[in-house]
Amino acid sequence: MTSLVIAEHDNKNLKDATAKTVAAAAQVSSPVHVLVAGSDCASVAEAASKLSGVEKVLLADDPAYAKMIAEPMEKLILSVAGNYDAILAPATTNGKNYMPRVAAKLDVPQISEILKVVSADTFERPIYAGNAIATVQAGAGKKIITVRTTAFKAGEANGSASIEKASAAGDPGISKFVGEELSKSERPELTSAKIVISGGRGMQSGDNFHLLDKIADKLHAAVGASRAAVDAGFVPNDYQVGQTGKVVAPELYIAVGISGAIQHLAGMKDSKVIAAINKDEEAPIFQVADFGLVADLFKAIPEMEAELTKLGY
Amino acid sequence: MKVLVPVKRVIDYNVKVRVKADQTGVDLANVKMSMNPFDEISVEEAVRLKEKGKASEVVAISIGPAQASETIRTALAMGADRGILVKTDAEVEPLAVAKILKAICEAEQPGLVILGKQAIDDDSNQTGQMLAALLGWPQATFAHKLELGDGKADVEREIDGGLQTVEIKTPAIVTTDLRLNEPRYASLPNIMKAKKKPIDEKAPADYGVDVAPRLKTLKVTEPPKRQAGIKVKTAAELVDKLKEAGALP
Repeated sequence: MTSLVIAEHDNKNLKDATAKTVAAAAQVSSPVHVLVAGSDCASVAEAASKLSGVEKVLLADDPAYAKMIAEPMEKLILSVAGNYDAILAPATTNGKNYMPRVAAKLDVPQISEILKVVSADTFERPIYAGNAIATVQAGAGKKIITVRTTAFKAGEANGSASIEKASAAGDPGISKFVGEELSKSERPELTSAKIVISGGRGMQSGDNFHLLDKIADKLHAAVGASRAAVDAGFVPNDYQVGQTGKVVAPELYIAVGISGAIQHLAGMKDSKVIAAINKDEEAPIFQVADFGLVADLFKAIPEMEAELTKLGY
Repeated sequence: MKVLVPVKRVIDYNVKVRVKADQTGVDLANVKMSMNPFDEISVEEAVRLKEKGKASEVVAISIGPAQASETIRTALAMGADRGILVKTDAEVEPLAVAKILKAICEAEQPGLVILGKQAIDDDSNQTGQMLAALLGWPQATFAHKLELGDGKADVEREIDGGLQTVEIKTPAIVTTDLRLNEPRYASLPNIMKAKKKPIDEKAPADYGVDVAPRLKTLKVTEPPKRQAGIKVKTAAELVDKLKEAGALP
């Protein structure tokens, strides 16, 4: 049987989340097809066709899908759903938005944010903000799944799938895109960056985040923040790493002036290496950090920057 | 316009959850329970709409055990007008919740249903979207700002990388994100007043909905634990250790 992955993209570039979702899909049911829904997005279909394990790419190129608005996406996915026994989307804000609609219309439960495919019908998923892991088994019927992409590794881009046009399924006309405000940054996105450096309440002000920017520029890292720093108004909400923000699992996570509240740990504890800088040696962040430095961050961060410069970064 | 606000009774967000030794779930015995924090935001938004004269009535709904009536009372103390308790001791999955809410929507004919984007127990993030699909209504999930117009709503949504504004026709479903508002604390007089507000008691069968779970939970386990590592003395040493560990590019 075949599985279908809904591609995450911005009409130009295919997002890494797609490749990771394909990796998860291949464990559920193969071959894997990818549905690229967007507007003027041929380059995305091209990129998807190269993902390893993908047999076919369906390209639905229509203005109705330009912003992946949930209502037209639901109709489109339902129009092709009959051919598949599993449909997967990355657990991005897009995937979380349209997928439950598809599940409800198919009268099946959705399995949200899987961390692991145990077998074709059994999955691990986090509950209680990752403080517990549930192993759940799906019953008969199609499997509708969203994937926590940080838990899966993308395969090589060495495939050569065929690209087929899919007919647009129409727009129900009950919702429309008005506008968007995306944060502009030269840096990688939080959820796909290999290195993340985050600041907490200890940063004391938004201006002080420039200290982290300097390190981030050297390491090509994304800059994040704890909820405390966001609530204090230092940085906008899309910086937030944690249970109520973004879940990240980079190769290296550097926590600066972050105490390590449960809610923050839920968003970063799956990082490969964790470094923490905090002046309070009792801070809970040190219980999960591989390398801890008890120091005043306003002294430590410039020193760290100098050391990186010395090493040629 | 009537606004419906479904509210869920969950483990209080300050409680550290413990997985039961027999791996059947998390320990709920003698644990403080509260309204799901995202649902508090929904209630607050609905009550503000009423205070602005944009909503005529706010109805709080909870599906759960008898104690879920306390969660409804909390919503009533915040300013909701009446409650509906759909009583069941079963663990009800999002799809079944959406089906019950659909039946209630058909009976109540609201202009807006405001739900929390997810419950902090099962973290499913599905119910609002499923309800919207079952009703054939539009949705605006992860709402950051809500402007109710004539026959429509403009909603600013929190998306990966920033904010997106959508216009949806009403009746519609809105799910709340953290930044939509700061929920009020109920005052003592309002808590007293809430005791007199009516709560209708129903059962899932009244709506013809089968709440039997469709997913089987095989086990619930603790997540892998991280070990604390080593302390370093200086920032330079930290950089060296990270380099040694292969964590720097």
